[in-house]
Amino acid sequence: MITQFFVLSQRGDNIVFRDYRGEVPKGSAEIFFRKVKFWKEDEEEEAPPVFNVDGVNYIHVKVAGLFFVATTRVNVSPSLVLELLQRIARVTKDYLGILNEDSLRKNFVLVYELLDEVIDFGYPQTTSTEVLKSYVFNEPIVVDAARMPPLGPASMFMQGTKRMPGTAVTKSVVATEPGGRKREEIFVDIIEKISVTFSSSGYILTSEIDGTIQMKSYLTGNPEIRLALNEELSIGRGGGSVYDYRSSAGGGVVILDDCNFHESVRLDSFDVDRTLTLIPSDGEFAVMNYRMTQEFKPPFRVNALIEEAGQLKAEVIIKVRADFSASVTANTITVQMPVPTYTARVSFELESGAVGQTADFKEGAKRLEWSLKKIVGGAEHTLRAKLTFSQESHGNITREAGPVNMNFTIPMYNASKLQVRYLQIAKKSPSYNPYRWVRYVTQSNSYVARL
Amino acid sequence: MAPPPSTAQKSPSPSQPSGKSEVSDLKLQLRQLAGSRAPGADDSKRDLFKRVISYMTVGIDVSAAFSEMVMCSATSDIVLKKMCYLYVGNYARCHPDLALLTINFLQKDCRDEDPMIRGLALRSLCSLRVPNLVEYLVAPLGSGLKDGSSYVRMVAALGVLKLYHISAATCFDSDFPVMLKSLMLTDPDAQVVANCLLVLQEIWNLEANKSEEASREREALLSKQIIYYLLNRIKEFNEWAQCLILELVSKYIPSDSNDIFDIMNLLEDRLQHANGAVVLATIKVFLHLTMSMNDVHQQVYERLKAPLLTLVGSGSSEQSYAVLSHLHLLVMRAPMLFSSDYKHFYCQFSDPSYVKKLKLEMLTAIANESNTYEIVTELCEYAGNVDVPIARESIRAVGKIALQQYDVNAIVDRLLQFLEMEKDYITAETLVLVKDLLRKYPQWSHDCIAVVGNISSKNVQEPKAKAALIWMLGEYSQDMPDAPYILESLIENWDEENAAEVRLHLLTAAMKCFFKRPPETQKALGAALAAGQADTHQDVHDRALLYYRLLQYDVSVAERVVNPPKQAVSVFADTQSSEVKDRIFDEFNSLSVVYQKPSYMFTDKEHRGPFEFSEEMGNLSLGQESMDNTPRYDESDKDLLLGTSEKEENGAPSANGSTASGYSAPHDYNSSLVSLSSQTRPEPATSDPSLPKHSSHGNIAIDDLLGLGVPAAPTTPPLSLNPKAALDPGTFQRKWGQLVISISQECSIDPQGVAVLTTPQALIRHMQASSIQCIASGGQSPNFKFFFFAQKDDKSPSYFLVECIISTAAGKAQVKVKADDASASEAFFALFQSALSKFGML
Repeated sequence: MITQFFVLSQRGDNIVFRDYRGEVPKGSAEIFFRKVKFWKEDEEEEAPPVFNVDGVNYIHVKVAGLFFVATTRVNVSPSLVLELLQRIARVTKDYLGILNEDSLRKNFVLVYELLDEVIDFGYPQTTSTEVLKSYVFNEPIVVDAARMPPLGPASMFMQGTKRMPGTAVTKSVVATEPGGRKREEIFVDIIEKISVTFSSSGYILTSEIDGTIQMKSYLTGNPEIRLALNEELSIGRGGGSVYDYRSSAGGGVVILDDCNFHESVRLDSFDVDRTLTLIPSDGEFAVMNYRMTQEFKPPFRVNALIEEAGQLKAEVIIKVRADFSASVTANTITVQMPVPTYTARVSFELESGAVGQTADFKEGAKRLEWSLKKIVGGAEHTLRAKLTFSQESHGNITREAGPVNMNFTIPMYNASKLQVRYLQIAKKSPSYNPYRWVRYVTQSNSYVARL
Repeated sequence: MAPPPSTAQKSPSPSQPSGKSEVSDLKLQLRQLAGSRAPGADDSKRDLFKRVISYMTVGIDVSAAFSEMVMCSATSDIVLKKMCYLYVGNYARCHPDLALLTINFLQKDCRDEDPMIRGLALRSLCSLRVPNLVEYLVAPLGSGLKDGSSYVRMVAALGVLKLYHISAATCFDSDFPVMLKSLMLTDPDAQVVANCLLVLQEIWNLEANKSEEASREREALLSKQIIYYLLNRIKEFNEWAQCLILELVSKYIPSDSNDIFDIMNLLEDRLQHANGAVVLATIKVFLHLTMSMNDVHQQVYERLKAPLLTLVGSGSSEQSYAVLSHLHLLVMRAPMLFSSDYKHFYCQFSDPSYVKKLKLEMLTAIANESNTYEIVTELCEYAGNVDVPIARESIRAVGKIALQQYDVNAIVDRLLQFLEMEKDYITAETLVLVKDLLRKYPQWSHDCIAVVGNISSKNVQEPKAKAALIWMLGEYSQDMPDAPYILESLIENWDEENAAEVRLHLLTAAMKCFFKRPPETQKALGAALAAGQADTHQDVHDRALLYYRLLQYDVSVAERVVNPPKQAVSVFADTQSSEVKDRIFDEFNSLSVVYQKPSYMFTDKEHRGPFEFSEEMGNLSLGQESMDNTPRYDESDKDLLLGTSEKEENGAPSANGSTASGYSAPHDYNSSLVSLSSQTRPEPATSDPSLPKHSSHGNIAIDDLLGLGVPAAPTTPPLSLNPKAALDPGTFQRKWGQLVISISQECSIDPQGVAVLTTPQALIRHMQASSIQCIASGGQSPNFKFFFFAQKDDKSPSYFLVECIISTAAGKAQVKVKADDASASEAFFALFQSALSKFGML
């Protein structure tokens, strides 16, 4: 049970403020913002999502640069409130198409209308976009998508490949298109966040994939959908041998550690043929989340080296090799490496003929930053940097630098090999043939190479 | 439309005046539009309303436009209506007179033919929060609860709660709780059912301290019938309502193990839910249900690992933090069950520092012989981290692992390597650790001292680290050739040393060094004592003076005082008591877990949530340290004691919540229950004439054999008690909350008993001899309070619970008995009374 809900901009302005129970003093938004802005407790620089000031609990999530905050005096379930805040953000996004400060400001009356139905007297009532549709009457004022910076995992499709209709993911569930009729389409996105740690000698120390199958449906009449995954998919480690090779027609062997499902998913035939059945509700939701620690081939090999090169000097070499097919291209890659704190200057040497690459020395953070617009599968890129120190290094220089951290996005690639074999939509009529988009993307979560 | 003001309104700046002129401008425009039926009037109204609400949002007071807004509200446009409702709800409380204006149109809307309008109007009507308007709420609420539309019923159910908060009396007089209860059990719509449940929960929870009936009603929500009715429909409820129901189920006391397994099988698939709140609520049910079944409890831990880890990986960083906090709690309770999962707790680059901190603690906890090497290797990687707080934390973690391991060989090497990294903060942290390590493993002193001796004291600035270094200089001055000279130079800079902690250590180290190497240290010690006695800090001054006088008196005595032979420290005190940890565990799936504090430490009592413990037992500090290992509560707060006893006299004896707060959870999985029941208690000495004769059937048998006439024989009931009865505090509390009082009586206490009752322990021991166990006690002379329990000796789980408030000043005891088997309570009371009357007659 919560007392207040509010949305604050990055500067701390109230964009939406709703008090459900009047149990918390008025200045709560300001108290919250000050606390978050100037957080300095327990040696931490970042405010945790949940904290208590004078008996009031402040619970927040950050979405699209905005703070979604709930306050309460009750000893609530933090998970429940955080899920609720995240869900409010998602429902709002479903309605507005794009969620950011501008779209919220333009549509705050609609947001109030939503909030009235989502929460009553502090208790969550419904967060289903579908259900809410019958209670919400304001028409969304759609902001211009093109000028907006990309947000969230879904937006990455806008840059990656030309086959994707870029506007789809930013379309409101209620707005009708200029043509009058809504386009019948459904998006299924397999989004994987991968974490890999390489040892200094290049061994994989840990690797994990956290994946989600996300769905966004614009189908009318709520037809039933069948989503078939790899036939040779097993869940729970030890649930079958990896070496039990059979025909690979089913998409190959995938062993997930564990997974969970959206409540609308029926698993009647899941054990038999790995098929999920569901009637997708409007709006965006995760059909299935999964986790995999089975060994997989990491998309990038990273080698980094730091060596002293004479007095007050050292050389850094970072090599990145793309270990995936040439038909796939990774984009927006950044490679970061902390260097010794006494580094004064850095000169870079990019490879000859390098296009779309920049390298920079972030003096404040004492960090090298190398960004590459894209890397084609199979390619290898190298960065050389010469460091100049302001004082003599003592001890082991490799202990003073690194580790190398890499960020990237790879569309149409998934490391787990989990596949959607087919996406079947129950037909209403022979001519009914909605657009179906099945898209894969892999993102780095924590991709680290130690020195 | 009007652009919402884009700057903060908190302090009116020159460019953004208080908004007064805007408000009067709005008023004027609204008035012009009020009666207009011109085409497009609704659109202009919408724009104006939006502006009003945007001002409201940023905190400008637009209540001045109240009457104009109400005038404009006569419209069929639903968007306008909603904005108007929002506005009215916001200002009605501070302008009750104006709120009266709205009653009329809201009441009219409550009778609209569109269920949506009815619902909206009813919601707004109930949200006005104006006490003198409650009379207008009753009729619409009554018809709302019977409305044909589930939307209206849903709104009406919550409306009852709103009414309760404005005027509880009106709410009860109109019999709304009764209506809600029947609605909860019959309504076809799941959300209506859920709303009824949450309203009843909140109302009875707040009322339970005031009336016995309310606390009975609250218990009734936990009846098997209601629990199964809700559980069987659980999939009809949306995820939020499921959380509500699961929270309720976690308080349910199952009748037998079949009951437990039925519920767990029914809820098994909830662990696969994508919503973390549902999963955590389910886990709470599982954990609480299996509390007394150790093998199953352990299986539950195994079962919930995978879903929790998946939740940590999916969702936003905030969500995974909340889940990780719960995983942290479980890891801390049963580290060995997670020892093979250590890789999941490695820090990731993208983790925020509050997540990393939790993970480091988990890694520390689960380190054992099989994984220490990997864990320590990983932790050492973090020590060089750019994130300095995490680097420090990692070093501390390595140290903690070293302190809890037997084979510290490799770890000591690593710690010494940290010193070679020559980063100030790393050196500082490491020195503190090496000090602790040496206190536990003095055998490592040789290796450590060699490295520590090389550290220049100039590179150590942090007081804690400096103190640690100085301690080592004093302690091992015989092994460190330079020790006297380093100390001397530190003493020379006495005045520049800001931290009293460091100066105190310096004094002691100089003393220790002096005892071992007098000629080299004498000068430095003299300087230190002189500086110390001139010090402005009281402690430093006192210590210097003490040392000075000790030395004057006798040097060898001084040495025995200042530097006695030490024993290695075997265990360092834990910062958190196991009672506090148990309490947090009972509050699983709440903020307590995230804060790592029980709720009473951060929440005022009326906000502790449904089914929370009343403070009667809840604020007793749980103490396990009692004699005979009997789980026992220790109530130390005298005022609290008096406060609760007063409340008891007001007729709310069952104010205890039913929360299983205070489970004595097994820390090892060898069944704490078994150990409890098998532990030996002082058996009644049969030869002792002052002991009660009915304390156990063994006694009675002997009495019969010897043909002794027992003085109290005619009143002696044929009741014998189990001398080894065991009951965990959690069950006690639940039972106390559920059972009604069967006997409440005052007895007198013998003056001799009064004389002996200086501490609660005396009586506890005495009653134990009669097979009556104490589970909680507290107070100071002249007022004491005890909770006792006893069990019938026929192996049936039939318990007697007693609350006993003793005033030694009056020589009286106020005794309340509750019993599983009320028919036996008279017999038990006689027994209890007879035992009590003999107290002090030894």
